[in-house]
Amino acid sequence: MNGLIGKKVGMTSIFDKNGRNIACTVIEAGPCVVTQVKTEETDGYDALQLGFGEAKAKNTPKPLQGHFKQAGTGPKKKVVEFRDFNAVEKALGDIVKVEEIFAEGDIVHAVGNSKGKGFQGVVKRHGFSGVGMQTHGQHNRGRAPGSIGASSYPSKVFKGMRMGGRDGGGRTKVKNLRVVKVLPERNLILVKGAVPGHTGSIVILEKKPTI
Amino acid sequence: MDAIKYVHEQLTPKREYPRFRPGDNIVVKYKIVEGDKEREQAFRGDVIQISGEGPTKTFTIRKISNGVGVERIFPFASPIIVSIEVTKRGKVRQSRLFYLRGLVGKKARIKERKFIKES
Repeated sequence: MNGLIGKKVGMTSIFDKNGRNIACTVIEAGPCVVTQVKTEETDGYDALQLGFGEAKAKNTPKPLQGHFKQAGTGPKKKVVEFRDFNAVEKALGDIVKVEEIFAEGDIVHAVGNSKGKGFQGVVKRHGFSGVGMQTHGQHNRGRAPGSIGASSYPSKVFKGMRMGGRDGGGRTKVKNLRVVKVLPERNLILVKGAVPGHTGSIVILEKKPTI
Repeated sequence: MDAIKYVHEQLTPKREYPRFRPGDNIVVKYKIVEGDKEREQAFRGDVIQISGEGPTKTFTIRKISNGVGVERIFPFASPIIVSIEVTKRGKVRQSRLFYLRGLVGKKARIKERKFIKES
């Protein structure tokens, strides 16, 4: 899969040529450095490992520092492996830029760490409908989960029962987003729709393979 | 935010219109596409809201059409807008004139601002 690592800049809206207003996310994608080239012979599969973002040397483990030194770059914030990367031929230490991989109209998947929501009830977390109605004397059951298990049989709550708890803050992939624009001078890419994570968070863009 | 500013510098052309405020009566001429033909249409009404800032700033205008209130939101940067013409300056105390929605007939009028400071 071809792709790049980037940073979410924020959202805005632009007009396309038909005059339609499109909400899009601005992502600063790349430039990424090739930190390792994996091949069928040496590793059993083909892949390209890319690094993105500057990190401080004191916050990088020594083994990783050596790994970056081999590629001839400084420490990187994020390292991601892309299997069967075939958009461009790249060697160790080469730089990959947005315009080499993405073009206007491409379909991409965006992977990010979604915003943490804290402890949430069952309505927000699992899309339950709550119990009953708001009138006819009913009160304070509007966002309740309802029964979580029957009485004499099975006399227990089954494992995996959906309940309230920590929500958000996990790896999330949004599929099939369209590339609205690529601005190579500032390494920016505009993608239609929302992308998981807060502004400034790391986003992995994967190009959808064409079959 | 700097990068978003750059995006709009590249992709959103600057458009100049006469200045207007909530309460003003304006005529917006805009393009509509019918099948494969393009023609111009005018929308005349009172500005009841100016919202947002920068390249995503919008304004809302309201008119009474055949006894039915019609509102339309235009982004200032919209490429379909051909021209904006201010026909009347209104004297209002609020910046959001949503109270007009509950009024009909003579009560829904806006007083005209006759003495306008030259700026």
